[in-house]
Amino acid sequence: MDRPALYLDHAATTPLRPEALDAMRPHLTGAFGNPSSAHRWGRQARAALDEARADCARAVGAEPAEMAFVRGGTEADNMAVLGRAAVAVAAGERPRAIATTIEHPAVREACDQVAVRGGESVRVDVAPTGDLDEEALAVALSRGACVLSVMWVNNEVGTVLPVERVAARARAAGVVVHSDAVQAVGKVPVDFGRAGLDLASMTAHKIGGPRGVGLLYRRRGVELAPLLFGGGQERRLRPGTEDVAGAVGLARALTLAVEEQAAETERLAVERDRLQAAIVDALPGTRVFGAEGERAPHLLNLGFPGLDPATLVMAFDLAGVAVSGGSACASGSTTTSPVLRALYGDAAEGLASVRFSLGRTTTSAEVGEAARRTVEIVTRAGALVGAGGG
Amino acid sequence: MSAERILVAMSGGVDSSVAAALLAEQGHQLVGATMKTFCYQEEPGPSRTCCGLDGIMDARRVADALGIPHYVFDVEEEFTRDVIDDFVSEYARGRTPNPCVRCNSNTKFRDLLRRGELLGCDAVASGHYVRAGVVGGEAAIFRGRDPAKDQSYFLWGLPRALLPRLRFPLGELTKPEVRARARELRLVTAAKPESQEICFVPTGDYRDLLRRNLGERHDALRPGNLMDTHGRVVGRHRGYASFTVGQRRGLGGGFDQRLYVVGIRPDSREVVVGPKEALECRKLRVAELNWLAGEPPADGTVVRAQLRYRAPAVPGRVQHDGDGLILELEEPVLAVTPGQSAVFFDETGRILGGGRIATAAMATA
Repeated sequence: MDRPALYLDHAATTPLRPEALDAMRPHLTGAFGNPSSAHRWGRQARAALDEARADCARAVGAEPAEMAFVRGGTEADNMAVLGRAAVAVAAGERPRAIATTIEHPAVREACDQVAVRGGESVRVDVAPTGDLDEEALAVALSRGACVLSVMWVNNEVGTVLPVERVAARARAAGVVVHSDAVQAVGKVPVDFGRAGLDLASMTAHKIGGPRGVGLLYRRRGVELAPLLFGGGQERRLRPGTEDVAGAVGLARALTLAVEEQAAETERLAVERDRLQAAIVDALPGTRVFGAEGERAPHLLNLGFPGLDPATLVMAFDLAGVAVSGGSACASGSTTTSPVLRALYGDAAEGLASVRFSLGRTTTSAEVGEAARRTVEIVTRAGALVGAGGG
Repeated sequence: MSAERILVAMSGGVDSSVAAALLAEQGHQLVGATMKTFCYQEEPGPSRTCCGLDGIMDARRVADALGIPHYVFDVEEEFTRDVIDDFVSEYARGRTPNPCVRCNSNTKFRDLLRRGELLGCDAVASGHYVRAGVVGGEAAIFRGRDPAKDQSYFLWGLPRALLPRLRFPLGELTKPEVRARARELRLVTAAKPESQEICFVPTGDYRDLLRRNLGERHDALRPGNLMDTHGRVVGRHRGYASFTVGQRRGLGGGFDQRLYVVGIRPDSREVVVGPKEALECRKLRVAELNWLAGEPPADGTVVRAQLRYRAPAVPGRVQHDGDGLILELEEPVLAVTPGQSAVFFDETGRILGGGRIATAAMATA
């Protein structure tokens, strides 16, 4: 508790960029209008929102009309899956949602809901390399579906999935394809249009924007039913008075993240690899998750044998190192993460998984210190367990 | 006392809140811990005074106010195994269990300390009204200063090796003093009522839990005969799990004298009733012994035995008997109940040890 705190949980959330805050400030103070109002206050807000939308579209290879501001990644994922299911139902079809076995809970549980409401939820396995089970995918697509959801970068282990290839397969089968790109933006090159996606989700607070605002990309012409009703905002897709400041902050953060992506990816990968090497060299029993194929540069998921995962994350916290156990949403639970189980099966059992995630503010010195403390924590915990401390 | 790193068990109640506050004042480095003992979401009904999700939130607010880290430990698996399963099987055997003893003996200290070690903590503290001390170089636990709140009865089952690592900051205080401290410190838990119910029985009726775990058709929940002490059937009852020795309620009326439950016979599903005199017990067998001080007392030693919570300790002579012991009481005691604890003290109030009451011989039986 005495040593300086190290924040290595940027995949959970990352600090607001000063540039984003500066861009937002006028819209939190003087410019308070409702973009739907016809008067000058409204027009001022509308202008800011339009500009933010255009900036966002430019950053991710989309047209402004294809961008809907929403309240975050979870909302965007739910809108994509359940909105497509609603389209199927309206057409008199039984909805089938296909998704990989390593999706974020926002997609996974939305697919569960499709099944609960009388539809069907189909899962396609993913290998640790990130490759989908081609045969299962072919079978699933051949039977038709209202949506196929395939995440771009897995949030727990960093595995990059072949989104473009999968999108092509879906298009050939006439199935609408969605991607949760929350962890991809700013970390790998992201161009929704070029990737051939129909729907995509992202959120501001993982890239230096504010919490509580995100984007749903909908390719022109793709039919999607709204989940909320009562207003014409966001082309009726997401009614409710717009968060202008949030949209402006998101646009600023997104523009910067995309501009800096190539250099930042290179820098983070070097630091991440250094962190991995330092820990694995000192603790040879450590298992590295997610390194079998292409991996996003900011994520490092390590499995330490024989330790209680929940307590281990607390021990990191007390040592001043902020990390996550598996996915932040699963913390507090001692069960193996569904993602690790899907990717590694029994091999993930008995390992305490810790996710380190680097970000814009991460320095080389922090990484070195984090590696030292990690070795200390895990060594001490291992000694206690080895000594029969139970 | 030098500063230590201590894991404080915080239930979200006023006692453990003040315990944490006192240790923080003394300059210790604290880690607050609340145990999540069972899945609360499945339980409908109003929130309880502690242990539930509200308890977790209150504990967190107190920890935040004290500026100490706070974590929730999921001990559901251990708690179910060591406390809830035992509770259910004791009722199935016609006994009256004491889950708080089981929790203190197993979950609360042992499991917390195991996790605490990983967090670099040397000791575990709780808000129990007992005192920790040292006698002849050996760690010892004594009755709390407040006779109305003394909780030493619940701690006889602690693993002895843990004793040097336990801290009980409330042992010298009375409940009103603790409340006053809580108000002074403006703790959000200062005015919380006492928790009365069993924490894992949020409906307040433990038979709901028995029905769920044993099934409606288990013998303990099926009707049976009420018998008198001479073996005559005097009525019917709705399941022996609803009864405990000394109980008067639920027996129905129409008897020519006040009747009490004096025994439960699970094999024949009989509940034995009798007059108050039939509740007198002079001799009992205590099993599952645990000793916390020196050598176990030699045969013939007179110890002070407390046979239920809030009851005074009474003198009794020890006679070891296999893995248990026979306790011969100098004066008869009413309603000695199998499943409850027998806790032995010396004249200074130090816990010598204890065990579970296996059988109690009724004076007239």
